[in-house]
Amino acid sequence: MDKDENVIIRAEGLAKSFGHTRALKGIDLTVRSGDFWLIFGPNGAGKSTLIGILATLLKQTKGKLTIDGIHSGNDIVELRRKIGVISHQTFLYGDLTAYENLSFYGRLYGIDNLKTKVTGMLAEMGLADWADERVRNFSRGMQQRLTIARALLHGPSILLLDEPGTGLDQHAMRHFYHLLGDLHSQKQTILMTSHNLTIGLERCTHLAILAGGRIVFSAQKSELDGKNFEEIYFYYTEKERK
Amino acid sequence: MKKMDIAVFVLGILTFLAISLSLYMAFIYTPLEKTMGAVQKIFYFHLPLAWIGFLAFFIVFLGGVLYLITGSIKWDNLAYSSAEIGVVFSTLVLITGSIWAKRAWNTWWTWDPRLTTMLILWMIYVGYIMMRNAVDNIERRAKISAVIGIAGFVDVPIVFMAIRWWRTMHPLLITSKGMGLAPSMLTALFVSLASFTLLYVYLLLIRVRLGTAMNIAEEIKIRLSDKL
Amino acid sequence: MKYFKKVLAITVKDLLLEAHTKELTPAMLIFSLIVIVIFNFSFEPGMQNSDIITPGILWIAFVFAGMLGLARSFAEEHEQEAIRGLMLAPVDHSAIYLGKTLSNLVFLFCVEIISVLAFGIFFNINIFPILPGLAVVLGLATPGFVAVGTLYAAMASNIRLREILLPVLLFPIIVPVLIAAVKITGVVLKGQPLSGVSGWLNLLAAYDGIFIIVGVLTFEYVIEE
Repeated sequence: MDKDENVIIRAEGLAKSFGHTRALKGIDLTVRSGDFWLIFGPNGAGKSTLIGILATLLKQTKGKLTIDGIHSGNDIVELRRKIGVISHQTFLYGDLTAYENLSFYGRLYGIDNLKTKVTGMLAEMGLADWADERVRNFSRGMQQRLTIARALLHGPSILLLDEPGTGLDQHAMRHFYHLLGDLHSQKQTILMTSHNLTIGLERCTHLAILAGGRIVFSAQKSELDGKNFEEIYFYYTEKERK
Repeated sequence: MKKMDIAVFVLGILTFLAISLSLYMAFIYTPLEKTMGAVQKIFYFHLPLAWIGFLAFFIVFLGGVLYLITGSIKWDNLAYSSAEIGVVFSTLVLITGSIWAKRAWNTWWTWDPRLTTMLILWMIYVGYIMMRNAVDNIERRAKISAVIGIAGFVDVPIVFMAIRWWRTMHPLLITSKGMGLAPSMLTALFVSLASFTLLYVYLLLIRVRLGTAMNIAEEIKIRLSDKL
Repeated sequence: MKYFKKVLAITVKDLLLEAHTKELTPAMLIFSLIVIVIFNFSFEPGMQNSDIITPGILWIAFVFAGMLGLARSFAEEHEQEAIRGLMLAPVDHSAIYLGKTLSNLVFLFCVEIISVLAFGIFFNINIFPILPGLAVVLGLATPGFVAVGTLYAAMASNIRLREILLPVLLFPIIVPVLIAAVKITGVVLKGQPLSGVSGWLNLLAAYDGIFIIVGVLTFEYVIEE
């Protein structure tokens, strides 16, 4: 158990190699309950790898990871219960209805009162009228909302988002970040990666820059006050490139 | 590294001598078989080749298991090296078996259980090598290879049993009793078995070193491109 | 118990998908029938030893149809990477394997049953007296084939040349199943008792057991990226 009960993610020296490529070279990260972290980085910086490790889809080569008090080396199945993941793909089945998709995931997580839970979740995401419609016929924005419902259905301690904006138009993206902001104000802990500097900045509480497999900059947003984050970003990522 | 070089060199010399000795024993030391004639000499190579084939595929299996347990790429290297050698040797088994069959039963192919099992194995491991060329990610390739290597080898005894029952009428020919081998023939066979095993170890060692060198070259390439 | 509920959830999901789309099983079935008909043309009608050939035709049809289904069985999982959603679920990854194996088994069983009925009509064989025997051989041979097939299909599902590599890798491995199934089916079609082929039945059972275990133990490695 973590001494600090508020800590949701504690990562110490996380490193990951693929064959001879070192994708992550030692990541230290502490995410507390209620935080909204935004991790920026150029393509190939290791963002997807980081999310992959946090989501248990990848195993770190080195380092320790604890999520909500569970060590990743101990009970990986129990640990997965604590995580909700949203990627640029929806993880949904196009030929199942919205309701069927959610209840399928609900069964995988062994959720009680599934019917009420699913109906409630669909209503919350404004999809109640579309419950029995196949997901293939949904607009991208509706699919995105259903994706959020899918990721939150089991009440995860942390929501991990891996470049969720990819493929959304400006309008849908704005709406999506609005939803994320709402979730955060409901005390949902969030960690998100992105390469797009124009989005999400208003709502987050923490910012970090991932470049060349390292976190080269990290700060609370309040510390940043007034400074131009874009300049900081280019300063650090250009430095890493050299 | 230097010491290793010397060891490989010495092993190479030993293998050369051993193979020369088995050639001598097969062609000069042993008498000509009465009914089969000169073709019977194939027997001193066919059997050791088949043994190396099975041994090589067993090493593929072992390398796969060890890779999955440890995650160390060197086991994948070992397994793949052994698979390549195994395919070469089993190809030779099929060819020598065919020549034998032509002389003995006047047909290029018989559905003899051993030969047919070897054919199926050959197909499994040719597929294994084809698959490796289709996957670029080193780790993924190693994992898939390991699983195919394990499933393929686990299949061997079942394939053999199935084919043997399927062809119950067929006489079991290559048993030492049935052939009534002369003592000198048996000696030649064992010498040949031993020297081919040596050859396998030698080839495996060289192939593994080559694989390691390729991995290191790959690593250097990536390091350099990181710098650029 | 929880584990098997999740296995079943995956199977039911696949059946539900198939019920919605009705894409896979009809295609498999038609293909199976086509194979039976085509093979029939390649032999003389009323050939004397047709009972030697017919079991082979039947099993080639099943294996080809099964291959068709297996090749598609991970397509929906990769369309929106739902497979990663499954891997994120709090259950051992072998549950995904068992769930998918079970649904592939259901699909192939359906195809086999209908094909056998059609086969009886085409070849003018009264299959009703031999149904129990057929049920035994289908019930024992299909799981082994599908168990290896699902493992290999998962493996092939995200590599290059998958359409070529899946059959190239899978066919040699299932040779024992094919031989045993053809032998037993031949005996069944002749109306002889199964006791004469108990060795073959044991071989199939062993194959099923061994390859389900291999699949459960190794599936995790073939879907990890």
